[in-house]
Amino acid sequence: MTRLFAVLATLVILLALAALMVGPADAGLAASLRALLGEGGPLVLVMQEIRLPRMMLGLMIGASLGLSGAALQGYLRNPLAEPGLIGISSSAALGAVIAIQTGLAAAFALALPLMALAFALLAVVILLALSGTRRGDTLTLILAGIAISATSGALTQLVLNLSPNPFATSEIVFWLMGSLADRSMTHVALAAPFMGLGFLLMAGLGRSLDALTLGEDAAESMGVNLTRLRLRVVIGTACVVGAGTAVAGAIGFIGLVVPHLLRPFTGHRPGPLLWASALGGAAMLLAADVAVRVTLPDRDLKLGVLTALVGAPFFLHLIWRNRRARA
Amino acid sequence: MLRRAALALALCAAGLPVAAEEGPRRVVSINLCTDQIAMQLAAPGQLHSVSWIARDPRSSAMAQEAQAYPANHGRAEEIWLMKPDLVLAGSFTSRAAVEMLKRLGTPVVEVAPAYSLDDIPDRIRSIGTALGREAQAEEMIATFEGRLATLRAQVDDRPSAAIYYANGYTTGDRTLAGEILITAGFDNIAGDTMGGHLPLETLAMADPDAIITGTPYPGASRSEEILEHPVVEAIRDRAASRAVSDSDWICGTPYVLKAIDDLAAFRKGLE
Repeated sequence: MTRLFAVLATLVILLALAALMVGPADAGLAASLRALLGEGGPLVLVMQEIRLPRMMLGLMIGASLGLSGAALQGYLRNPLAEPGLIGISSSAALGAVIAIQTGLAAAFALALPLMALAFALLAVVILLALSGTRRGDTLTLILAGIAISATSGALTQLVLNLSPNPFATSEIVFWLMGSLADRSMTHVALAAPFMGLGFLLMAGLGRSLDALTLGEDAAESMGVNLTRLRLRVVIGTACVVGAGTAVAGAIGFIGLVVPHLLRPFTGHRPGPLLWASALGGAAMLLAADVAVRVTLPDRDLKLGVLTALVGAPFFLHLIWRNRRARA
Repeated sequence: MLRRAALALALCAAGLPVAAEEGPRRVVSINLCTDQIAMQLAAPGQLHSVSWIARDPRSSAMAQEAQAYPANHGRAEEIWLMKPDLVLAGSFTSRAAVEMLKRLGTPVVEVAPAYSLDDIPDRIRSIGTALGREAQAEEMIATFEGRLATLRAQVDDRPSAAIYYANGYTTGDRTLAGEILITAGFDNIAGDTMGGHLPLETLAMADPDAIITGTPYPGASRSEEILEHPVVEAIRDRAASRAVSDSDWICGTPYVLKAIDDLAAFRKGLE
C-alpha cells in the first residue's frame, strides 16, 4: 500500500513539473524554474500568472474528481457512480452560468463557486432521493443521472443563448467539456476554500466506507453513523465538484476511470481507495492537460474531449461486466 | 428661362431622380457592411430595409441612420414578404436565405467582406453599380482615397502593438484591422499573418508597447474575461492600452478612416 502511494505521489510530482514546462513560450527547465521564483523578465509573468495557476487547478480539480468518485462509489456501493456521469458536474455548471449571467458573480466573487456548489448539492440530493442507497440499483442511479444531466445541460444552453453577449453561446462547449486554459490565481483562490472544506469532510470516511462493504446493518453495529456518513459524502462531493466546475467547467470520467484502475491495488477496499484516487485523479487530469497542450498547442482543445475518449470505453466495459455478472 | 432649364438639367445630371429610376427601386440589405455603404449611396426611398445589427451602436458606425429603415433579420420569409427587387448580401451572411431568395427569382448581389484597405473602393463600386448610383460611388471613393493618402504619413518610430480580442484572438497584418494598425503607425506583434488565437503566454513574451482591445459587450462572458487576466492587466499597467469601439473596424467602409485617425492620435500620445 505504501508503495502504491509512493508511486502515485511521484507520478503526480512529475506530471506537475511537466505541466509547468509545457507551453507556447519556449523556455528551458532551469530558466522556467528561476522565473517561477521571480527572475527573468516576461517569463516571470508566464510562469507565475499562467502556468502555475493552471498546474495548481489541474492538481486540485483532478484530486477532487478522483476523491469524490471514490467516495460516491464506496458509499453507493456502485462502480458507475461518478460526478460527471450522474449529472452533478453539469448541474454545478448550470449554477455557475446562472451566477455569471445574472451578474451575481461580478457583484460578489464568491457567488460563482457558491452557486455551483448549491446546484451540485441539489443534484446529489435529487439523485439520492431517487435512487436510494440500495446495493446494486445501478439502473435507477444512471437513469436519474441522465435526466439531471440532460435538464441542466439544456438549461445551461438556454441561459447562454438568452444572454445579450455575443460570445456566450460559444461558451456552451466550455461549460460542458471543461478547460483550464487562461485561468489565473483568482480562480485558484475562488475554488480553494470550498475544495479544502470538501477534502476535510471526506478525509476521514475511509473506515466507515470499509465497514459499509459488509452492509448497512453490519456497519451500524460497528459504530458507523449512517446519517452522518451520508451528509459528509453529499456535502463533500458538492463542495469539491461545485468549486472545480465553477472555474474549469464540467470534466467527466476521471472519477470513474481512476478508482476503477486503482481498486485492485488497494485490495478492493474503499477506504484506502479514497486517497489513492485523489492522487490518481490529480495525475490523470494533469496528464490530460499536458496532452491537450501538446496535441493542439494553438487551439483550446477541451479537457472533457480527452477524458471522455479514455473514459467512455471504460464505461462500456463496466456495463458489459455488470451485465455478465447479472446473467 | 434658359438658366432655369440649365439648372434643371444639371440637377438631373447630378442624378437623384433619374439614377433611382435606372436602378432597382426597392432594395433590402441583409449584411451589416452592405447596409452601411448602401445607406450612404442609395437615392432617397430606394433602400427599403437594413439588417437589425445596423442599429446596434456597438457593431454599426451608422446606428443612428439605420433607425430610419425597417430592420430585417436576414430570414428568407421576411425578406420575400418585403418584395425587394434587389437584395444586398455579404458573401457569408444567411446562406440558406440567400439561396432560397435566388431560387424564388429575387436578384441578389453578394459582396465579399473587405480584407484590406485596397478592397474598400472595390466594394463601394460594386454596391454603387448594383444600386445604379455609379457617380455617387466614384465620388465617395475619391473622397476616401484622398483622406487615406493624407493619413498614410511616414512614421519613424513605430511602437509595437497587439490587438487582443475575446477568447485570445488577434488579427495580423493581412487583415483589415491589421492594415488599420499599420497605417496608424504601429507594428503588429502578430506579424504578417491573418492572425488567429494568440496564447496569453505568447502575448506576455512579446511584451508589446501598446495593447488594443475591443469594448466588452454587456452580459458577462467567459470569453471576454481573458481581457482582465492578470497578464493582460500587467501589460496594461506597463504599456499603453486602448479600448476601441468595434463599430469603426468591422466593415470596410470609409469609417475605417476614423479608426485610423483615433489610433494615430493614440500613438502620438505615446511619444
